[in-house]
Amino acid sequence: MATTFTLISSVTVGSGGAANIEFTSIPATYTDLVVKLSARTTRNTGDANSIKVTFNSSTSGYTYKILLGTGSVATSTDQTAFFTNASWGGYANQNTGTTANTFSSHELYIPNYAGSNNKSLSTDSVTENNSSSAYAALVSSLWSNSAAITSITLAPDGFDFVQYSTAYLYGISNA
Amino acid sequence: MPTKLIVDCSTGITTEVELTAEEIAEREAMAAEYAVQKAQEDAAKAAVEEAKASAQAKLAALGLTADEIAAITGA
Repeated sequence: MATTFTLISSVTVGSGGAANIEFTSIPATYTDLVVKLSARTTRNTGDANSIKVTFNSSTSGYTYKILLGTGSVATSTDQTAFFTNASWGGYANQNTGTTANTFSSHELYIPNYAGSNNKSLSTDSVTENNSSSAYAALVSSLWSNSAAITSITLAPDGFDFVQYSTAYLYGISNA
Repeated sequence: MPTKLIVDCSTGITTEVELTAEEIAEREAMAAEYAVQKAQEDAAKAAVEEAKASAQAKLAALGLTADEIAAITGA
């Protein structure tokens, strides 16, 4: 059970936008990590934009299962519907298909990130959209790699984060 | 030039860095993939709308009123 919840670093995207956000040199002194992401992207088609999550700049070893609610139906899928060079961090609000000035919310939980076993990642995310189409996702991910996680990259797939998107990285200790 | 934000957790310093040519190429590939996907989505949606309009026209030709068509099709 977590007994501490410590902010390690945070960032707010500036006026020029950002193709991705990378937390680097993550200390190995915590038990678990949590990322809180508030996002909106520059994508102008569709009504959402996938968020790619990579560890240590690795582009392999990612598998995941997704339970996705669209606002009208619920579906279950896996990485074959998205990509295998990163984990899936849920759908983000995008530029024209979601209510103006709203942002999606994402929480990523990474237990035992500094250990030598494969790394699990659980993600929940929701888009904000005053429309019949809005997404809620639960993602169970595995990164098959024994390395300690020292960096985390969050990227809208093919697009940029817009200004005022934010990411917070927290460390959790069990003692 | 697209940039990325690097947050060094050991110092707390955030640096804005231009993407490499390789990163830009990957982004462009992803954007192109999205364009194809969007075109497919639009085509599928248009086909459904076209079929719907055709069905409604045929129902109207059979003598159904607009209210009756709406009642059975939900449109």
